[in-house]
Amino acid sequence: MSSPVIELDDVTKVYPLPAGDVVALNGISLIIDEGEFVAIMGPSGSGKSTLLNQIGCLDRPTSGNLFLDGKNIREMDDRELTDLRLSSIGYIFQKFNLIPLLSAYENVEYPYIMKHRKNDDTGRVRDLLALVGIDENLSTHKPNELSGGQQQRIAIARALVNDPAILLCDEPTGNLDSQTGAQIMEALSELHKKGRTIVMVTHESEIAAYAERTIVIRDGRVA
Amino acid sequence: MIGKDIILALSARSVRLHFLRSVLAALGIVIGVVAIASIGMMGANMTLSVTEELSDMANKLTVTPYTGGGGGMMAGPGGGGGGSDPDDDEDLITEDQFRDIERIVAKYGTAYTVRSESDVIEVGSETGRATIYGLDADIMREILTVEEGEYSKSTTSVVVGPTLAERLDLKIGSKIDIGDPDEGSTTTVRVVGILEERGMSMDLNTDMAIVGGDKLFTGIYGGEGEYDQVNVVMDDLNEIDTVKAAIEDELNRKEDEVTVQDSSRMTESITSTVSTMTTFVMAIAGISLLVAAVSIFNVMMMSVNERVREIGILRSIGTQRTEILRMFIYEAGILGLVGAAIGAVGSIVIGYIVVFGMVGTAEYFFTPGSIVYVPMAMAVGAAICIVTGVYPAWRASNLDPIEALRAE
Repeated sequence: MSSPVIELDDVTKVYPLPAGDVVALNGISLIIDEGEFVAIMGPSGSGKSTLLNQIGCLDRPTSGNLFLDGKNIREMDDRELTDLRLSSIGYIFQKFNLIPLLSAYENVEYPYIMKHRKNDDTGRVRDLLALVGIDENLSTHKPNELSGGQQQRIAIARALVNDPAILLCDEPTGNLDSQTGAQIMEALSELHKKGRTIVMVTHESEIAAYAERTIVIRDGRVA
Repeated sequence: MIGKDIILALSARSVRLHFLRSVLAALGIVIGVVAIASIGMMGANMTLSVTEELSDMANKLTVTPYTGGGGGMMAGPGGGGGGSDPDDDEDLITEDQFRDIERIVAKYGTAYTVRSESDVIEVGSETGRATIYGLDADIMREILTVEEGEYSKSTTSVVVGPTLAERLDLKIGSKIDIGDPDEGSTTTVRVVGILEERGMSMDLNTDMAIVGGDKLFTGIYGGEGEYDQVNVVMDDLNEIDTVKAAIEDELNRKEDEVTVQDSSRMTESITSTVSTMTTFVMAIAGISLLVAAVSIFNVMMMSVNERVREIGILRSIGTQRTEILRMFIYEAGILGLVGAAIGAVGSIVIGYIVVFGMVGTAEYFFTPGSIVYVPMAMAVGAAICIVTGVYPAWRASNLDPIEALRAE
């Protein structure tokens, strides 16, 4: 019924350093299907962030193939990768990473404008903000005027605005207290229930418990 | 709501966020633009006003003996100075040649002869040098204006230029001894008139001269039927080239005997001198723009460095390199345009003051040749800003998104 959204085939990532090459990913193969909620776990230095960067099209594998939505990103140039990040991937970062110069509303609208070259006239931005519980009054504020939980909600709305194939979360609760973190995870679970594909990197097992499947990475391999 | 060009909006907001810093950087451009435009306009106004003054004599031709070197612009009588001995075998225009010129010119204007010599003069106990002109009495009335007194009528009366009169304290009735007492006899003449100031000119420079009749001149220096120069006053400006060519054809048929000059050469020479000076001073003013460029560069580098993380975010959520590049070029462009616009207003105000102060008149200020320096300086200022912004913008756009995201 479901088709693979992400497919890694013997993916290796080597960082050349003067002191010797560092192998961050060592022949990883995995498949994530549409609608899955996958948690990637592993100790620091295991290569989970590197893996997320490959899936997130911020970087390209040294060898092996990585298919995203059926496209091999190893053959893409920077322009194509950027387009893919804009249209097919929604990022949720540990540090929220909203644009400080833009209001909450504008932060959510930004990827929409980048993709469609016009302001949102469909009400999508407003609806998404309502979905994550940000009212119209809050949406006029700049990120530095909002709490961490509110910022992360706005980041989720921003990640969803171009209706991406994958939602990538990098320690989404890492900068939040446990209560707010739980609320954010509830919101992500809701999105998963609606059919969204979610890949989440975390080192907390309580957070990983929200996912259906957990992949553990150790020394650049699937453990 | 944010406009369609969100990249431009981001640039504008960044400028506004660091308002003071941006204003200071733009101030450099303002100063540079004002300096270049004001000096450019000053030069243009100077040229225009000199040209206007010189066009008073545009209807004059001078014919001087050919000296081989193609005669400089000041080759007029007395200009050579140096107290040449009248008995020298210097080239002169003969009576025959004058008749030829007169015949050619007859249809178009009047030709008259000029004799001149530089000599020692003595007034009371003061000695000095002056040019002594010998002119026909009727011609003198026609081309020179006496401010005080009357025209000379006898062979012992002269009129003097205003500068000479002031310097030697000459009044109507003053006596002047012409000639060097050590070398022979002197001639005493009486001042009957003081001329109006005439300024520097190509045909006659009377401000520092003594002007007497032909007879007085030949009485002192001899040289009947020989002239230092023939001046032609044209009735119609448009015929000046025809007459010039006709005189040259006729008199220089066998070999070069005369040089015919019109005022265009002098105008050209002065204009080119002024414009060389203006260019030089403008280049110095340009240094202020260079300083401004450095400060814009500095501000842009700061802006890039403190926004590394933001650039990382923008890149990771799908902003193209070219858009990041555009964002920073816009930022430099905003600084440049605002600075140049304020500079343009400032240069009209300050330029007007400078022109009025230095040139003495602002009547040419709003002519195209002068006011064109405002948009020119603006364009240079804004262009320098944008060029300066290219490197910081290029650096920003080439940041690795992963590295940039890690920045604090």
